[in-house]
Amino acid sequence: MKSSVRNVYLFPYILWIALCVVAPIALIVYDSFFDIEGHWTLENYEKFFTPIYLKMALSSFWYAFLITIFSLIIAYPTAYLLTKTKHKQLWLLMIILPTWVNLLLKVYAFLGIFGMFGLANAILETVGIGTKQILFTDFSFVFVSVYIFIPFMVLPIFNALEEMNPSLVDAARDLGASGWTTFRRVVFPLTLDGVKAGCQAVFIPALSLFMITRLIAGNRVITLGTAIEEHFLVTQDWGMGATIAVFLIMIMALVVIVTGNRR
Amino acid sequence: MRRMKWGNVYLIFVFIILYTPIFYLLFYSFNSGGTMHHFKGFTLEWYREVFHDTRLLLIVLNTLIVALFSSLISTVFGVIGALAIYYVKSWRVKQALLTLNNVLIVSPDVIIGASFLILFTLAGIQLGFVSVLLSHIAFSVPIVVLMVLPKLQEMSPTWVDAARDLGANEWHILTRVVLPFITPGIFAGFFMALTYSLDDFAVTFFVTGNGFSTLSVEIYSRARQGISLSINALSTLLFLLTVVLVAGYYWISRKGSRLYGMWKK
Repeated sequence: MKSSVRNVYLFPYILWIALCVVAPIALIVYDSFFDIEGHWTLENYEKFFTPIYLKMALSSFWYAFLITIFSLIIAYPTAYLLTKTKHKQLWLLMIILPTWVNLLLKVYAFLGIFGMFGLANAILETVGIGTKQILFTDFSFVFVSVYIFIPFMVLPIFNALEEMNPSLVDAARDLGASGWTTFRRVVFPLTLDGVKAGCQAVFIPALSLFMITRLIAGNRVITLGTAIEEHFLVTQDWGMGATIAVFLIMIMALVVIVTGNRR
Repeated sequence: MRRMKWGNVYLIFVFIILYTPIFYLLFYSFNSGGTMHHFKGFTLEWYREVFHDTRLLLIVLNTLIVALFSSLISTVFGVIGALAIYYVKSWRVKQALLTLNNVLIVSPDVIIGASFLILFTLAGIQLGFVSVLLSHIAFSVPIVVLMVLPKLQEMSPTWVDAARDLGANEWHILTRVVLPFITPGIFAGFFMALTYSLDDFAVTFFVTGNGFSTLSVEIYSRARQGISLSINALSTLLFLLTVVLVAGYYWISRKGSRLYGMWKK
């Protein structure tokens, strides 16, 4: 009797899993075996292993890596300093608030800031470097992406720092460790889970950004996400798009396994 | 002491970087010059344009309707899902369900969008309002599950046993014991789903047809054509709305905790 009541919950949930999780992924894999005319083929996979696609995958990987590293470098001290402030919850809220502004609007703002006569060039002009083409470069792509992802990196690190027992730091100091040693041997290892969670939250989306590449990088940077969007919505070659998606899913699974914390 | 000072400088710098683009948008929404550089003069022309743009207002309405419906429906499904996972006894099955639950959270939006596009086309669902709504429900359900599940695990099982001993049936246990206890989690899940839906671009972009558009998709297509200060005006309005919502949420949650504290006394 009791178990039948419980199955009432299980049934709709399993249905959701089947329809919204399993079926879409199965369909992606299935579609990757068809060419643009709808014939069964392995051609898409052969195409993926040609230099054009491999180079694209590699550069996508490289950009995602850069974005993750820069986000981490900026976010870790931020999270650390936040835990030392007086009204830390309020300041944390201030860090999160920009994520509630629509992502497209923030990207759009950079069209103005990085534009030929925008704020960035005005600053460069006053410093004496002179006007530069910033928009539509690799730099602008990485900068805007890092900007977008900083809060997602700060949050898990902040939580990890908050969970850490402060007496461990005191103990390390009492035992004669310098500030840097304490950080390297005590604080950082203890917050590694937060760092991993943050990297996971940044790296995977960074592989698949396509609106930023379109708007800010002027199609100069092509990520796996851009390629998938292109194949699905522009050239309508769903098979090839699905093939790239299959590889993206595999990379994603790999990242989750590597950064996943087993407990 | 000196160290702390440098720390503050760093924090202030990060905050400046985080808020510059937002205030840049707000500032130039009042520029009569029509560009995002060289402030010519103060004008409210762009705001007038936003309020006269019926197409844009309709899109805002669409976005809100999709967000509200999808978060309401996904909250129901999410609570059911959390209960399902909670009641499963086998550890292995529980882990498997949780893993499948998280797939849509870690998946890149492009993958979700592309796979749903295939699914809807195959199922014969026309792209438009229905496909956008269904996909928003689909990616919101796991978020709600993750917000509700910890609350369920916090709940002491003895409450349920006590209720059963006192003669409550399953329905009473659910509505009188379990649901009231997990209400904060349900609300958190609902708001999270709402935020995700309002903010989503990539998934919607894939499954929206020609006739239907949400705000993110509209901003994208307008931004691709270049700078138009009516987008700035719109973003100012949205930002103000966000601040009001956040302040309201903060106020309610503080007031709520104070009320809760009083009740506990």
